[in-house]
Amino acid sequence: MNRAALVMAALLAIALPLSLLAGRVWIDPATTPNAALILGELRLPRAVLALVVGAGLGSAGAAMQGYLRNPLADPGLFGIAPGAALGAVTALFFGFTASAWLLPLFALVGAGGAMALLALIAGRTGGVALFTLAGLMVASLAGALTALAISMAPNAFAMSEIVLWLNGALTDRSWREVWLAAPMVLLGMVLLIRAGSGLDALTLGEPVARSLGVDTNRLLSLLILGIGLTVGAGVAVAGIIGFVGLIVPHLVRPLTDRRPSQLIVPSALAGALLVLVADSIVRILPLVTELRLGIALSLLGAPFFLWLLLRMRKGLA
Amino acid sequence: MMLEARDLVLERRLAHASLSLRPGEITAICGPNGAGKSSLLEALAGLLEVESGTIRLGDKELASCQPRERAQAIGYLPQEHTVSWDVPVRRLVELGRMPHGDRRRELVDAALKALDVEHLADRRAQSLSGGETARVLLARVLAGEPQWILADEPLAALDLGHQLALLKHLRRAADSGIGVVLVLHDLAHAMNHADRVIVLDQGALAADDAPQRALSAEVVERVWHTRVEWMERGGRMALLPL
Repeated sequence: MNRAALVMAALLAIALPLSLLAGRVWIDPATTPNAALILGELRLPRAVLALVVGAGLGSAGAAMQGYLRNPLADPGLFGIAPGAALGAVTALFFGFTASAWLLPLFALVGAGGAMALLALIAGRTGGVALFTLAGLMVASLAGALTALAISMAPNAFAMSEIVLWLNGALTDRSWREVWLAAPMVLLGMVLLIRAGSGLDALTLGEPVARSLGVDTNRLLSLLILGIGLTVGAGVAVAGIIGFVGLIVPHLVRPLTDRRPSQLIVPSALAGALLVLVADSIVRILPLVTELRLGIALSLLGAPFFLWLLLRMRKGLA
Repeated sequence: MMLEARDLVLERRLAHASLSLRPGEITAICGPNGAGKSSLLEALAGLLEVESGTIRLGDKELASCQPRERAQAIGYLPQEHTVSWDVPVRRLVELGRMPHGDRRRELVDAALKALDVEHLADRRAQSLSGGETARVLLARVLAGEPQWILADEPLAALDLGHQLALLKHLRRAADSGIGVVLVLHDLAHAMNHADRVIVLDQGALAADDAPQRALSAEVVERVWHTRVEWMERGGRMALLPL
């Protein structure tokens, strides 16, 4: 485990208990009535889900930036998150909400569809440029279909459901969502970690990576699967939560030796931390209705992105 | 171990080239722009799909080698000095050990030392000058202890002093038994530093011989459409366009 991972793990160890106690009602385990019930059935699953979703997004972002060799890459670029969102929106559009499993399952089907499209278009040649373009096309296609679903929503209720859901949140989630997402996110992370050494070799460009024995097609398949599982499962249970995958690797990179492989685990931990803290803040804020987590993170993310661009411009000048 | 190409055809780039390269020698591949030099080098490195013909490494066909086995034998250095992340120099050089699945420190140190870049080991890759980067990237190749070094215009973007220094390092590698294959644009460097020169012209082999014969004024005029004269001083040749 490297230094960055240790730092993030330590911060998580502090943040997790605090997050369990924090909320519209602060819990004192000794005096609050039904404290065990509230913690075990409401706050703990929500916190664990925040960790799971954040870890998936963080590790996916780190792997994405490593693969595209671009610090501005975001897992959303691959079209997997928009694909998952389209799946979920389809479920909402047709009112398939009888079972709480249906919406996440539709989202997973959407993510799987986006992954299959990506693999079909770009998987054979393994070229980065083609792959990025394919991802953008899948993303904009899914985005357009989502917009179509919103504009043709059968009633105002469905429309507001869709729009609300698109701005991700962890409100009212239970252990069910945790059991759904956690195994997939974990498996996805294992695949991304396995892609690490190939990503390191890509630092010297694709021809050198291949000359070092990296099978770039296999690397791409690992990434599509890994990012599909981590991001797809995250979107399925929490909706669209942007910017985590973009910001987190930047926060962590200075703590590492900057090899992409060294960034994946710390980024998972940092992503978990960021989503956990952001979700706790959203709960504490004294607003009439709870601020959606997706909106909160975008409010945080966009200024950060601008700051990053300004800093990079200064670096180039 | 020989590196041989037989009747090699690369779509629209190379037609029926046969050549056999010997270890312990510096072989220069020369030719005008678009002659197919880089494609030939990439094919010899096992990085291109060949349309027909075979490339053999020793007694094995390159296409049937495992990527890892191929990577252990052949070190490839492209023309672009891409280093996407600002990693420490030592970590970059360690990448050369990847085909072996280890990071043996003594070999990494030896490679750094061989290229006179030990003092840069803890520096960040993106803070290096062009000449330093070129040497570090060659050290990366050496760290893998390849039997072959295939480098695409390793002297491009280097000043004269660094060009000569890099050639000296490559000569040392060849003397240790490594087969060195270089795509070179500078005909005088090829003439003075290669043991053998392969001249490509529009995807076909125009010459494959000792430098004096392969790069004779007649061949240069025929292939580069430029009239030249070679001048000799103190055992070194200089190219004079007429």
